[in-house]
Amino acid sequence: MCPSLADLSYGVRARVVSLTPHPSCTISLMELGIVPGAEVCVVRCAPLGDPLEVDVAGARLALRRNVADLVQVEELSA
Amino acid sequence: MTPPLLALRERQVALVGNPNVGKSTLFNALTGLRQRVANFPGVTVDVREGSSARPDGLLRVFDLPGTYSLRPNAADEAIVAKVLLGPAGDSLDVLVVVLDATNLRRNLYLLSEVVDLGRPFVVALNMADEARRAGVSVPRQRLQDALGVPVVETVASTGEGVEALRAALDGARPATRVWRFADEALELQLSGCAAANPWESLRALDGHEGLREQEVAGRYAWINEVLLGADPEALAALRSRSERVDRYLLHPLLGPLTFLLIMGGLFQAIFSGAGPLMDGIEAGFGWLGAAFEANLGEAFGPLATSLVVDGVIGGVGSVIVFLPQILILFFFIGLLEDTGYMSRAAFLVDRPLRAVGLSGRSFIPLLSSFACAIPGVMATRTISNRFERWLAILVAPLMTCSARLPVYTLLIAAFVPDRSLLPGVGLQGVVMLGLYLSGIASAVFVAFVMSRSRKQRGRLLPLVVELPPYRRPSLLATLLKLRVRGGDFLKRAGTVIFVVSVVLWVLMTFPRQAKPAGMSDAEHQALSLRESYAGRLGHTIEPVVRPLGYDWKIGVGVIASFAAREVFVGTMGVIYSVGDDADEESMDLRQAMQNERDPETGRKVFSLATVFSLLAFYVFALQCGATVAVVKREAKSWAFAIGQLLAFLALAYCAAFVVYQSMCALGFG
Repeated sequence: MCPSLADLSYGVRARVVSLTPHPSCTISLMELGIVPGAEVCVVRCAPLGDPLEVDVAGARLALRRNVADLVQVEELSA
Repeated sequence: MTPPLLALRERQVALVGNPNVGKSTLFNALTGLRQRVANFPGVTVDVREGSSARPDGLLRVFDLPGTYSLRPNAADEAIVAKVLLGPAGDSLDVLVVVLDATNLRRNLYLLSEVVDLGRPFVVALNMADEARRAGVSVPRQRLQDALGVPVVETVASTGEGVEALRAALDGARPATRVWRFADEALELQLSGCAAANPWESLRALDGHEGLREQEVAGRYAWINEVLLGADPEALAALRSRSERVDRYLLHPLLGPLTFLLIMGGLFQAIFSGAGPLMDGIEAGFGWLGAAFEANLGEAFGPLATSLVVDGVIGGVGSVIVFLPQILILFFFIGLLEDTGYMSRAAFLVDRPLRAVGLSGRSFIPLLSSFACAIPGVMATRTISNRFERWLAILVAPLMTCSARLPVYTLLIAAFVPDRSLLPGVGLQGVVMLGLYLSGIASAVFVAFVMSRSRKQRGRLLPLVVELPPYRRPSLLATLLKLRVRGGDFLKRAGTVIFVVSVVLWVLMTFPRQAKPAGMSDAEHQALSLRESYAGRLGHTIEPVVRPLGYDWKIGVGVIASFAAREVFVGTMGVIYSVGDDADEESMDLRQAMQNERDPETGRKVFSLATVFSLLAFYVFALQCGATVAVVKREAKSWAFAIGQLLAFLALAYCAAFVVYQSMCALGFG
């Protein structure tokens, strides 16, 4: 079982493995580049712990934790 | 005989691209100052349009809202789909796909969709200089070979490459589909479709399990091919400056602190900066009215003069007087947007707003509503979740807009004792602050109740806000955007308020009363109003407003406020016979109101209980015809607009009732 994007420690690079299907979110996430195989990294979270700032191939997106939870990743060894 | 001039060739061009790619800057560079917001031909959506005439023909350019995909998530993105996918798009000769060279991976996604439309296009690779400096490769040639259309590097902020882009428009042509399904069976089905273009063919496959996921994956597979695996270190270098800034601006403690400072500065700028301008505008319209009366009054006769002076000039003036506040607010919002800070603000406030069913995306609409609910409601177009957008439209008018200020100022100055609570903290100021906070609190309350009362299927609001790199804003671009937004406000608010003002003038003028001998002008004005339709209406509703502590005169003022809230002040001026040029600073009006006594009981009409009941009423009531019209337009539902009007009216009535009755019980009656 892969960890989700929301479980990643800040600054750790990871690769997207799969996305949990969700009617309104999955396609939006994929269109923004969070597709299987893409490299992602959680940069930081907002002051109250949510949302997360996620780096997707150099572009930064703000994602809520519950949305980041839909994304399964595997850590990339440095 | 001279030969007839060659007919000027006119070409229609639309700019398509992700948000924050410098599309508007490119638009400005292509068109200069000749731009306006207009209906896109064939569809009823507003699009920025500009034109530039050259010896080689006229270029009409449309700046479509930024979007990540042609399958829209938000109302503003839907505009792009509506224009490009429908028959309206056939009038476009060329699409210019604007790509951010520093963020190609995501930008190419939209490009791959546009290719599928089968329309002629060219590509502008914007910010190519920035990408190169950071060591990110710019695959211009490879893209051009893959697509078979001109791909031009531009630096919109300096104008570099804009001429080349203009020249390249002639080379625009449709391209063949660039991506493939990984699944051979699907791919065969798609290429076998006989639809007009690949986009249509895809539709024919709809209903296929996992079709959309496979499509997106197929597009990204092509993108990875084109980019040949981008260099992550170069991409990180590109980010490094913004990252250093974000370490402070998104810091757990310093971030919120800076946010509050920026917002505090914003409001300070609005209120201290707009005051003198507003006074000037009011004085200007007062002068205009007086000059009309003095010079043309006899030629027009008293009735027509009154229509022009009180109805037309007064009505137009009451809209324009808000322009300074709105323009100052928009100027700063525009600046903050162009630097990239607004998305950081959305990131910071998302969690608190989420508690009441909203998200960071509602921040700009709600902030704008402190100047005026009209631009606030229009700004909700960027909210992708339907329910959240409705919620934002619903609560936007509860924010204390600038039209409430004259009413608050008049009542507070006249009736709240000018007492100091603490050194430097006056009671009047505290009441004013309390009114602002009540507005916010009521919005929070309404949003909270609504978000709980509804079963939310889409609880996973995908707050997807891009945090673009910080960029230096361009003053010209900000001012151009300001002009467009300001003009839009005038058009929307102006027409409605103007019409309502004239209708109110009719209600307050007819039936006309002869002036008895020996009566002063001011007394005659008061008599006319009392016997007018509006006056009669005031008497009719008196039993309804009595429990709130109002007499018929206040009732008339409240009714008149439905044109725009600040009309209350001028109406009070007429009722109390101090002339209709009274404003909230007028000592005559304050005294007249302070001295007003009930003819039957002899008690003062404006007791503290009545004053606070009135204030409570203005906090909640949606007394603004223009807002109702804009809500109807944006929510596309009269039921919603009227329901909101009535609900807030009921809320205002209840609040005023509770305030008046409890204050009377406490002995403030």
